[in-house]
Amino acid sequence: MGHRICRLAFALLLPWLCSLAWAEAPKNSTTIESATTADPAPRDLHTILQPLTERSFDKKEAAIRQLAEQDSPRVVPLLNALMDRDLLHWKDQDRIVLGKKVDGDWQLYDPVTEQPLARVGRRDARAVVINNHLRTVINNQLALRSLNSKNSDERYQAANQLIGNLDPDMLAALSQRREVETRSRVLDEITTALNIAALHSDDLTTRLNAIDALGSDLHPTVKNTLNQVLRQSDSEVEKAAARKSIDRIEARIERFQTADTIFFGLSLGSVLLLAAIGLAITFGVMGVINMAHGELIMLGAYTTYVVQQLLPDSHEWSLIIAIPAAFLVSGLVGILIERFVIRYLYGRPLETLLATFGVSLILQQAVRVIFSPLNRTVVTPDWMSGAWQINPVFSLTFNRLYIIFFALTVFLALLTLLKKTRLGLQVRAVSQNRNTARALGIRSERVNALTFGLGSGIAGIAGVALAQLTNVGPNLGQSYIIDSFMVVVFGGVGNLWGTLTAAFGLGIANKFLEPVAGAVLAKIVVLVFIILFIQRKPRGLFPQRGRAAEE
Amino acid sequence: MTFKRSMKKMAAGIVASSAIFYSGAVMAADTIKVGVLHSLSGTMAISESTLKDTVLMLIKEQNAKGGVMGKKLEPVVVDPASNWPLFAEKARELITKDKVDVIFGCWTSVSRKSVLPVVEELNGLLFYPVQYEGEESSKNVFYTGAAPNQQAIPAVDYLLNDLGVKRFVLAGTDYVYPRTTNKILEAYLKSKGIPDEDIMINYTPFGYSDWQSIVSNIKDFGSQGKKTAVVSTINGDANVPFYKELANQGVKAEDIPVVAFSVGEEELSGIDTGPLVGHLAAWNYFESVDTEANEKFIDEWHQYTGNDKRVTNDPMEATYIGFNMWVKAVEKAKSTDTDKVAKAMIGMETPNLTGGMAVMNKNHHLSKPVLIGEIQDDGQFSVVWQTDGLVKGDAWSDFLPGSKDLISDWTAPINCGNYNVKTKTCGGQAAAE
Repeated sequence: MGHRICRLAFALLLPWLCSLAWAEAPKNSTTIESATTADPAPRDLHTILQPLTERSFDKKEAAIRQLAEQDSPRVVPLLNALMDRDLLHWKDQDRIVLGKKVDGDWQLYDPVTEQPLARVGRRDARAVVINNHLRTVINNQLALRSLNSKNSDERYQAANQLIGNLDPDMLAALSQRREVETRSRVLDEITTALNIAALHSDDLTTRLNAIDALGSDLHPTVKNTLNQVLRQSDSEVEKAAARKSIDRIEARIERFQTADTIFFGLSLGSVLLLAAIGLAITFGVMGVINMAHGELIMLGAYTTYVVQQLLPDSHEWSLIIAIPAAFLVSGLVGILIERFVIRYLYGRPLETLLATFGVSLILQQAVRVIFSPLNRTVVTPDWMSGAWQINPVFSLTFNRLYIIFFALTVFLALLTLLKKTRLGLQVRAVSQNRNTARALGIRSERVNALTFGLGSGIAGIAGVALAQLTNVGPNLGQSYIIDSFMVVVFGGVGNLWGTLTAAFGLGIANKFLEPVAGAVLAKIVVLVFIILFIQRKPRGLFPQRGRAAEE
Repeated sequence: MTFKRSMKKMAAGIVASSAIFYSGAVMAADTIKVGVLHSLSGTMAISESTLKDTVLMLIKEQNAKGGVMGKKLEPVVVDPASNWPLFAEKARELITKDKVDVIFGCWTSVSRKSVLPVVEELNGLLFYPVQYEGEESSKNVFYTGAAPNQQAIPAVDYLLNDLGVKRFVLAGTDYVYPRTTNKILEAYLKSKGIPDEDIMINYTPFGYSDWQSIVSNIKDFGSQGKKTAVVSTINGDANVPFYKELANQGVKAEDIPVVAFSVGEEELSGIDTGPLVGHLAAWNYFESVDTEANEKFIDEWHQYTGNDKRVTNDPMEATYIGFNMWVKAVEKAKSTDTDKVAKAMIGMETPNLTGGMAVMNKNHHLSKPVLIGEIQDDGQFSVVWQTDGLVKGDAWSDFLPGSKDLISDWTAPINCGNYNVKTKTCGGQAAAE
């Protein structure tokens, strides 16, 4: 209790201490001595931590295990500090200290008392290096300690971490917890962990019971361990039981895998839809072959980056602001391209193709000059990271899930815009018959510019979504331009529903082909299929009817 | 019409300006010219523009020290624009028109293969600073990046011996470097007793971004009761979505570690590495290496670029070693003549940034240490393993049937890039491409 108050006071004093520390740079011996008299444990902890200065991972592991055995409130913070690389080796003094980065320098603290020690240059102290094995050891120790936490999420994480662990202390703790645990979700994890441990028991009946109990468990460690049993066991009964359980697990996994593949396909489809939908306007409705479409997507992605740079403190919400911003930026660039290049080339598709290809190169190089050719980091907000874990083998990643919904929303919004608004009516009129539309008083030039701006703006919105999935770099657009044209042509030029169907159809087909044929071949197969299909039906899946189609 | 006229004007302008440029070049005759052949635009600009800056920084420093043999170094920078045939044209231009004495350049193997006939025909000198698939050794090229036995083989050894990995996924981008490296690794793994069914090989196109089903396959492959690891030769841009997908699907380094040969500090600077902590990479250099030479190099780099967030990486160290070796070789040969410098290069030693000496061998490859690092949450690597001594670069892999009898030795009496030790003849190799 007294310790906690100390830490609270310390936290309040921290800024003040930091400013003083530089001037004073105390040699710290006095502070440690005074702390030692109060509590005999700290001195021990310093000695225990000392081997962490060595290179050998074995020595470090021994030190960590020794630290974990100590009964001190400092154990958990120190283990956490080791995980977060806040535990440093102070080279001059050859000792382990806690450190915080302050303006590129290290502010060092005593690992036990948290008293500030000194402020040193960034190279005078180095974080203690740990490897994957040590990370597992530390995580297990931390899990053991949070197994009795009040928060059921923490208990769940802890039990999950301990699955596959055979350390007797840990198993004892798990058995104890099983007696008092009330949440079924946590209980399931504990049971799995104990059953896996039982597979290593000397008693055959215990093993057989465990094998049977694990037969419906989808946790990956279960299948792994059962496969080991199958390989190593010398009892035929046990092997048969293991085989049976594995078959049961695999049958269940298979069902979920199909669902998984469909989700992957929908996700790829939504990416294709986003990339293609702007093109469905500029190419589909207006008939302009815009090779710079990919670069308009890229501009949207860079807008996301710039918005995040401008609002460094609100990564969670900057994405929402980036959507209209990207629409405006790409839309404006689109209008400029239309006014200064495409306007003069209507009805000359080959020249348009070459001119817009030139524009695409200019935009790419412009981005290289302004932002450098290196990729930029776009931060993924927390609510978009991770996955919705339905069970251990089936999870839907949040970013993909949101992007599917986002793509559909954009699609519906665009459809409403074209069908229900005055601008939409004018766009359709101009695209069906320019002369008649003009005769009816529609300013076709203005409508053209706005339509092109709309298509480009939507490409920009697609860029915001794609920035969450792939690199934000000068080549972002190039990788999507072929796919976009493929989707629009396959779906039927000028038909938004066709674009939707084509995008999801191609996405799902691709994902079902991929496991069989491999990524490279799957792509080729899809392309060959589209070529053949276009041979048979040159107007795509849903050909546009009416006079425009006859031209 | 007007278009034609303006074209003519433009052409005239180009001729005039280049005439001025060349006359200027002739006037500054007592400099040593250094060609820099790295893409500054196009796909590869992301990686190569950094190396251009590195060479320029090294030249600036060398000039501050008084140049080489009392002459200043003069950089000639050209942009081959990630266009492989253009690499050959630009190399020819550098040697014949600009009369450079040495070229530092190329990144991809295709670009090197495109430049190779040019430097051989015109007897130029090329320093190639990137890890590559081996199976090549030219009299006119010095390879300062890693050969497969200086990166891939030690990394797999680490997985086999230290992590106890029994099942391997070899994932790569579909082009020559991953295909050759994976062929070597497959033969090596089989020689170590790993059966066919425990090796999964997967190729993806350049810039691939939809990794969902592949990552899900890897997870499945890793749940068969044996410790599994992924050996990744995935190139450049495709890595960011790959690692993002690994993180999203919860593939942790503790369960299925990924060891990469093309992912360095620069590539990681584009992603949030929090969820990737513990995945591995094998290189001859990491920015986090704690030596004085490295600290000095990083400081100079930050100062030169005016940005203390810029990272350093392995190909930069390879450029650093190559440049310093060339300077020493020129001083030793007292000439910039290709043959004399090439002769002086062999056996040359210069300090590398990881605290040892790099040695140029008779096969035009370096001896360097091999390090394995784990990704940290700040985008850096921490070294968790390294070879005891230096590993000598092997131009021809011992694990490929076509090349295991070949050696390269550019000293008398062999003087050959692909000498067959069995038949005692030079040339005649079929495994070159």
